[in-house]
Formats: sequence, C-alpha cells, structure tokens
Amino acid sequence: MAGGFAFGRAGGLAAAALASIAAGALRAETDWLRIDGSSTLYPLTEAVAEEFQLWARGRFRVTVAISGTGGGFRRLCRGEADLVNASRPIRPEEEQACAAAGVRPLAVPVALDAVTVVVHPANDWVDCLSVAELRRMWAPEAQGRVTRWSQLRPKWPDIPLALYGPGPDSGTYDYFTAVVTGKTGASRGDYTASEDDNVLVLGVSRDPGALGFFGYPYYAQNRDRLKAVAVRDPETGACLTPSPDNVRTNRYRPLARPLWLYVDAGALEEREAVRAFLAMYLDPELVLPLAREVGFIPLSRDAYAKSRSLLRKAGAVPRPGRATEAEAQGRAG
Amino acid sequence: MSSTLPPRIRRARLLELAFGLFGLLLPGAAAFTLLVLMFDLVRSGLPHLDWDFLSAFPSRRPERAGILPAWVGSLAILSVTAALAVPLGVAAGLYLEAYAPRGAFTRLVEVNIANLAGVPSILYGLLGLALFVDGLGLGASILSAAMVLALLILPVVIVATREALRAVPRTLWEAAYALGADRRQTLLRFVLPAAAPGILTGVIVALSRAVGETAPLVAVGALSFIAFLPPSPLRPEPPYVDAEWLFSPFTALSIQMFGWLSRPQPAFHELAAAAGVVLLALALLINALAIVLRLRARRLAP
Repeated sequence: MAGGFAFGRAGGLAAAALASIAAGALRAETDWLRIDGSSTLYPLTEAVAEEFQLWARGRFRVTVAISGTGGGFRRLCRGEADLVNASRPIRPEEEQACAAAGVRPLAVPVALDAVTVVVHPANDWVDCLSVAELRRMWAPEAQGRVTRWSQLRPKWPDIPLALYGPGPDSGTYDYFTAVVTGKTGASRGDYTASEDDNVLVLGVSRDPGALGFFGYPYYAQNRDRLKAVAVRDPETGACLTPSPDNVRTNRYRPLARPLWLYVDAGALEEREAVRAFLAMYLDPELVLPLAREVGFIPLSRDAYAKSRSLLRKAGAVPRPGRATEAEAQGRAG
Repeated sequence: MSSTLPPRIRRARLLELAFGLFGLLLPGAAAFTLLVLMFDLVRSGLPHLDWDFLSAFPSRRPERAGILPAWVGSLAILSVTAALAVPLGVAAGLYLEAYAPRGAFTRLVEVNIANLAGVPSILYGLLGLALFVDGLGLGASILSAAMVLALLILPVVIVATREALRAVPRTLWEAAYALGADRRQTLLRFVLPAAAPGILTGVIVALSRAVGETAPLVAVGALSFIAFLPPSPLRPEPPYVDAEWLFSPFTALSIQMFGWLSRPQPAFHELAAAAGVVLLALALLINALAIVLRLRARRLAP
C-alpha cells in the first residue's frame, strides 16, 4: 500500500513540526547580530560581516538582510534588527516610533555614494551638466515636452532624449529628485524605470541618446560601456566627475551623499557583539581595502576617526586593537 | 492508393497532416524556448559549478562565494513545506470529495479554494509576515517560510487530490462497498491508493513551484548574508532529534540568485546562473522522485 505509506510518513513529519512549536518557547538566546536595511550599502556591510564572521570564530553570528532603508528602521525600532544599513537619514516619524519603543537610533557615517549621471560612450556632446539642466530634463513639467537633446542646448544634436533611472521605491531616486527637482519623489513619469540597476546600465549602454542615473558602484563596474557626465557645482561653478577623490574631498557636489549605519545606543552600551562589529567597520586599515574591493567610496581616515569618537561619546569605546587582529585573521583565512 | 482517392478526401487528409504538424509545433516551440533558456543558464553557470561552490558560504569575492546556506535552506524549507501541505491538502481534498455535504457552505469553500490558487504569492508573504512572523512570534525562521509556502501550494494540492479522486472509477467504490467496507476503509484502502499517482503529480507540481518562489520568502525575512547553517536536526543524546533548526534564520537559492543578480559585478551574475543550475537540478530531482513514487504506487495499486 504505497500511497498509505507515503501519506503516513508525511503525517508523522507534520506531527513533529507541531511538537516543535512548543519547543520554540525554550529557544536559547544566542548572540546574533542582525543587520537589515538598504541594498545600496549592502555589499560593503556584507564584506565587513564576512570578515567579522571569520574573526569571531563562532563567538558571534552575523546575518545581513535587505528590506530597504525604511524597512530596516522599522525592524530596528521593533527590536528585530541590531544595525541598519541606511542610504538616507532617519525621518522624524521613524525616530518617534523608535523612541516610543525605547530604542535610541544613532547614525554612524560609514561610506560615501555619488549619484552618477551617465550617457552612452558615443555621446561626445555632453561633458558637463548643471543642476538646472538636469532639472529641465527630470522635472514633472518636462513630461512629454522635453524629448530631444536639442531642446536643452541648441547646438546639441536633434535626437531623442531617452531617460533611465531607478523607480520611486529606491533611496537613490529619493535623493536625486530632492536635489534636482527640489522635492523628494517629484519627477517626470515618462522615463524607463527599473529597481534593478543592471537593467539601467544595459539600457544606457545600448542607446546613443540615453541619459541615466544610479549609484557609483554600478558605473565603476561598467566604465567601458558608460560615460560619466560631470556635474557643475552650483556654488563654485567647477565641473567635476564622480571620481572617488572628488567625492571624498566633497568636491563632487551636490550629488554625493554619505551612507550610514544606524545602531541603537542602548545596544551599543550593552552588547559586545555590536561594539566589536562597529569597531571593525570603522577601522580604516580594514575598511579602506574592503571598500576598494567591492567598489565603494570610503570616507577619509579623518572621517572614520570622527565616527569612532561619535561612538565613544555615545558611551561605547570601540577597540581598534581587536579589529587589527580581525584583519590578520581575515587575511589568514 | 491515395492517388485514387477522391479530391475531397485527399484535401481532408492534407489538412489533417497540416493540423498534426501545427499541433507538434506548439509544444515544440515551448520545449525549444525552455531548452534555449536552460542552455544559456548552464553555459554561463556550469564553469562555476564545483564542490567548492556547493560547500562554501557567500562571500564578497566571487571566486570564493558559495551556496551552502542557500541550498540547505531551500531543502529544509521544502521538506517542512511538504510535511505541512501534503497531509493537510490531501485530507481537505478527501473531505470535500467524499464527506462534505452538498450545500452552500461547501460551495463557498470550493470557490474560495479555487480563488486562492490565483492569489499572487507576495500576498501570502505579507500574510505570513503578519500572522506567523509577528502574530505567532515564530520570527523570520525556516518554519515561518515553510508555513507560508505550504499555504501557497495548499489550493493546488487540494484541487489535484480532488481531481485524482474523481478519476477513480466509480465501480471501485461500489465494489469496496459491496464487499462490506465502510467509507473510511473504502477511501484509505482502495480509492486513495488508486488516486495516489495523480495526487503525487499535483504535489510535485506544487513543490516545484514552491522551490522557486522568491517574493514570499523576502516578505517573511529571508536573509541575504548568512555564514552559518541551521543547527542539526539530530543530536548524539536522547531524544536524538532537535527542532531548533526550524527556528533558525535562513536564506534560499532563489534569494541568493536574486541578491547576486542585483550586484554590479558580472562575475556575480555568472554565480547566479550557477545557482540557477542547482535550483533547476533540485526541481528535476523532485520530479524524478515523483515519477519513481508514482510508478511504485501504480504497480501496487489494486
């Protein structure tokens, strides 16, 4: 009776599963470090987590999830995450929700991102764009009207302007629209939107009339297929491309932004795992090479020192000595 | 000979042949598309597929990255999903087909099951987040994920069970009754074994769908980076089994692929293809298992 046999066994498994729900109540507390949040900062945090895991040798366990900056904050305030990868600062209403739950979010800058404006490599007419020109392309009023390059500057060719950018769920889109159109989330709707930046890279690299924007790492990995456009700083008038140097020295303006790690100040005081992880993340000897490896723009050494002193003021004293040991472990492993 | 046939019949035969070719073309096109996709996946994924890839944890370095937690997670989730959905789905199908009184309530249940089969999977994920992860406090665990996937495939299992039961000849029921068997005996000893091949097919289709799901797993909190495995279900001391692994955080093959595909580095895209080959192999393995079980069931069926 094969059918009966199969069903009987499955039933046994189900019973075991039900019994184990009761066992769940007895779950032991483990020192898990749970990180959640933005996909923008994810690759760097993953790299640090990998090194941290090697160094901790089972003493601490770290997991990283991606649920967006907003989702990360929600989990932090509910006590379901210990650290949040954030591509924007926490909003007042999010901070209130945290305060109500007794969580004190602390922002620690850990890296930089430059929203990079890119065109097709065969595009030889654009070398520098002002914020005003970007606004004329991307503003909600431009919808259906600004459709050819020649409309922006008369001497540019009369070919269609095809726009590519991340969709409205992305932090990069929020930041770009806030800077360029003056209002977060306000832009024309008739552009090719994708939450997958690789799609944008592909789109721009195949269309000579294309212009798009996304985070620096996607440009850095596709230099042969894309051309980065310099952006004019409205204050100094200088036209600069988003090279790591220009970003680090704050000369690529206004499209460069810091990326943060948010941590509960209480957890920082109480939990060894949180302190040790942040100490690693803010150790320039470790994070500078890691950032280069995964295509991020790190902060300057001074800025890392500043982040460390921020934590010290909040009551936590990161121990750089541990991080150095960790690096040695990481290299060995 | 055909040349001596009247023109009308000859034309009809020609039309018949053309229609047959057309009919061959349709599944041929489907199979061809599938083959091209598989070929593409295997071509870019196969060079990365070795023991190291299967036994390593994810890493920022493509050449060191592996899918150990991903396939272990997928397999764990799948087995719990099957353990939950199969008994429940088959029992529900049995009830609806053999016990439920014909009436408004049964009709309502039937309509709802049919509708549930068409609900987008992300909604199951959000339900799971509210009900299992937060409501029951199970957390972002293997059990939560499996319960969501079990709900997701339950309608498919129920419908397949009913179809299979209905396909059992009425005479088999009657013969069993005639020999003095009651309804329970008839169902469990005669009808269910006869329907087992059909039920298995439905279950396998459902499980193959579950193994590739991404959206509901993201909703219940699947991880992207996890460098350890769930605790072992076996223990050296009595009672020798441990359910701790059910509450472990997890990742799955589909999540790992999704994460790698959204990276800028092309090397990660190739790793995603390699993970796709493993996922495909897993789905084919489930199918093969189903065929074996089905043949066995058929041979042993009364």
